Amino acid sequence: MRLRFILNGKPMEVDTHSGRRLLDLLREDLGLIGVKEGCGEGECGACTVLVNGKPRLSCLTAAIQVEGKEILTVEGLWENGKLHPIQKAFVETAGVQCGFCTPGFIMATYALLSENPDPSPSEVREWLAGNLCRCTGYAQIIEAVLLAAKYMRGDALRVTRAEKTS
Amino acid sequence: MKVVGKNVRKVDGIALVTGQPVFTLDVTPPGAVVGKILRSPHAHAEIVRIDTSKAEELPGVLCILHHGNVPRTPYTTAGQGWPEPSPYDSFLFDRKVRFVGDRVAAVAATSEEIADEALRLIEVEYRQLPAVLVPEEAIGPGAPVIHDEEESRGIHDPQHNVAAAIDIRVGDIERGFTESDVVVETTCEFPYVQHVPLESHCVVAYLDEEDRLVIRSATQVPFHVRRIVARALGVPLSRIRVIKPRIGGGFGTKQEIILEDVAAALALRTRRPVVMKYSRAEEFVAARTRHPMKIRIKLGAKRDGTIHAIEMDVLSNTGAYGTHSLTVLSNVGSKTLPLYNKAPHLWFHGKAVYTNLPVAGAYRGYGATQGYFALEVAVDELAEKLGMDPLKLRLANHIRAGETSPIFEKIGEGRAGKAQVVKSCALEECIREGAKRIGWKEKHGKKTSEGRWVHGVGMALSMQGSGITDIDMAAATIVMNEDGSFRLLVGATDLGTGSDTILAQIAAETLGVAVEAISVYSSDTDFTPFDTGAYASSTTYVSGGAVLRAAQEARRRILEVAAAILGEPPESLDLEEGHAVSRGTGKKVPLSEVGHRAMYVTDQRHIIATASFVAPESPPPFAAFFAEVAVDVETGVVRVVKFVAAADCGMPINPALAEGQLEGAIVQGIGHTLYEELLFSPRGRVRNPNLFDYRIPTAADVPDIEVVLIPSDEPTGPYGAKSIGEIGINGPAPAIANAIYDAIGVRLYRIPFTPERVLKALHGKSMG
Repeated sequence: MRLRFILNGKPMEVDTHSGRRLLDLLREDLGLIGVKEGCGEGECGACTVLVNGKPRLSCLTAAIQVEGKEILTVEGLWENGKLHPIQKAFVETAGVQCGFCTPGFIMATYALLSENPDPSPSEVREWLAGNLCRCTGYAQIIEAVLLAAKYMRGDALRVTRAEKTS
Repeated sequence: MKVVGKNVRKVDGIALVTGQPVFTLDVTPPGAVVGKILRSPHAHAEIVRIDTSKAEELPGVLCILHHGNVPRTPYTTAGQGWPEPSPYDSFLFDRKVRFVGDRVAAVAATSEEIADEALRLIEVEYRQLPAVLVPEEAIGPGAPVIHDEEESRGIHDPQHNVAAAIDIRVGDIERGFTESDVVVETTCEFPYVQHVPLESHCVVAYLDEEDRLVIRSATQVPFHVRRIVARALGVPLSRIRVIKPRIGGGFGTKQEIILEDVAAALALRTRRPVVMKYSRAEEFVAARTRHPMKIRIKLGAKRDGTIHAIEMDVLSNTGAYGTHSLTVLSNVGSKTLPLYNKAPHLWFHGKAVYTNLPVAGAYRGYGATQGYFALEVAVDELAEKLGMDPLKLRLANHIRAGETSPIFEKIGEGRAGKAQVVKSCALEECIREGAKRIGWKEKHGKKTSEGRWVHGVGMALSMQGSGITDIDMAAATIVMNEDGSFRLLVGATDLGTGSDTILAQIAAETLGVAVEAISVYSSDTDFTPFDTGAYASSTTYVSGGAVLRAAQEARRRILEVAAAILGEPPESLDLEEGHAVSRGTGKKVPLSEVGHRAMYVTDQRHIIATASFVAPESPPPFAAFFAEVAVDVETGVVRVVKFVAAADCGMPINPALAEGQLEGAIVQGIGHTLYEELLFSPRGRVRNPNLFDYRIPTAADVPDIEVVLIPSDEPTGPYGAKSIGEIGINGPAPAIANAIYDAIGVRLYRIPFTPERVLKALHGKSMG
């Protein structure tokens, strides 16, 4: 069947079958391998993508459900070789260890900061509870989210200066 | 120091945050087929008949392997140095299955659906055998013999299901206890727990244009994969190339060869690229686990608090195969007993026992984690019986720099060890700093209540090692490009720890360049030099030692060329900020000029240096852990309010990455302390093989964790560094157990400390 949707800002038309998972459509058919499969049962969040701005587990989402919708994956954040502030923050705080869960965390963070540009640490913890990381112990991830929030609110200059003087 | 000691950003960070195709399954060769494994429904059975004819008729099925059509060569799945200290008790496929989930057959097919259908069509007739699921029963009279095959080698006592055994005595243990004024004895139990890397085991195997077997695998041990697959399949090692891309976490489970052998066999048979991946359920059932253990420990002390005698008696469950059975068992003693080195009388003994349950293997901490749970709970009890502050008792007994322990010499890697004097130790500072941060003086022994929640604090110490003495060897090659940049080729395997970054920092510091001037490549058995792999807390110390030496040699060669350019002796030159600089005259020449001259102009040569480093000893990192818990006395729920770890990993090469190792290990440890456990049906089936029923900590579960690095200077380590990868996981279980006791006066000896267990213990106390 024919499926039309917006993928990372670009209109897309693909043939797929009704049983296809969004995860497989993105990874295997469209080559967006930044989407990861950690469990295939909706428990780990590694396959998180945004559908119309909301975080969705692509392993539990049927491809046909995204007809006419907008999908954003980690590939869509990186434009012209320039890191998105969230990506930048994850690298800077060492919020990335093995990196397998990272695209899912970054997309969940994107959704959080769209809704709440200035979350408290406990709001970040609660929001990210659907994404599992086995490497970091989460502290450096939470730091990354808070730093990304600062960058996106435009406090970037102040942050950089503060970091330089410290 | 310009680069070492700085929070340099991870060299692979940008690739990882932008979703580049860096993991094993992110790239699939054209024409790839899917490999899948048929697993045993029985805990112990003989395969009487296997009929694959119906499955073979299915269109799209290319090949089916089983015991009847593959070589029968015993090997070990443990990715350890050669000769491996683990028994050769595994086969590619066997006539017998030894746990629910054991391999029966494998299929290669053109799609996953066809492969699944083919598995259903394979007819297997089993003769069920009595199964044994309890270690005590496995070594009891009349137990079924799990490894009765003739071909296995290196099993300690197959007739009694003993995979490995150890018996080490120092001094006179009986006298030691007689001479002690106070004796405590306790038994702690560690259940089946698992690594749970977010990326499950996966591999792609194919034949290249020269018909060599290429294995792209998520492995911690590429060189051991090559050697072990060569043995299992009877393929010359020279015909195999193993590529390790980025790895999605390992924690020890990827120190095992559990998928590469099958994928390689299918690729050889079908001549097609074969992709294989464990499902999450397979990961829980058929990957590896920590060795479950029962540890009985007896401590004797003089009235002044000097620990005088220690006995440790270990019963380790290795599951159906004996991978890492001897070395994990050895580590229970070798990584714990030296911590309290004042005791002249020691007896460390134990067995690793086969059962018809999933296979235990290497898991971060590697026996030390189980050992410290028992030891540090017992030390807490000893302090109570002595009427001493447990902090003071530990301060009075722990090892210091300049001291040794006879255990270093007595216990090695499945054999005798090597005498070693501890050259760096900041444990005392770690204890004092950690105590300050948790508020030990104000809180310990003074439990406070907030409604149903009772607060208490507890502590534990730990040490680990840095690589395996005289066994772990790493090599590194530094290649200079003409523009003054470098390639660093290492067999070391960054499994997410950041070791590529740390090794680049060591090279950059030595060569006087920025980290950006170093491109790290790890690892490929065709193109990078040998490294035993990422395990035993070895990469910073052992691989780092090799990188340091290779960089020093490259530096010497650069200075020779620069000396010729500047007309000054090489000894008067330094490398700084991409230049060779004269200390005397201040004259300098950029490395790009050195590179161009050496490569194209005068006295031509390529500046390349390779060096190897063998761990001459295993300098221990040290840590002090402190937990504050709140226990809900009505529901039994334990909440960790605060966790503090102060650790000495020598000079941290990259403090942010070292802290990340510590934090990650602590949270993994809190997971097994409070909720993680594989559960089994009476017939040996895993009851919770998914992330809903086997819960690992989420961001919302994690308490306030404070980690602090207290540096020491390790003279044998690169820029004074020791290891940090494992030690953090040893602290949570004993520190939390001791904090619970401080809060509610009840000792818990078996993790996880679920609300049911806590309540039961509380009620037992009130009834008693």
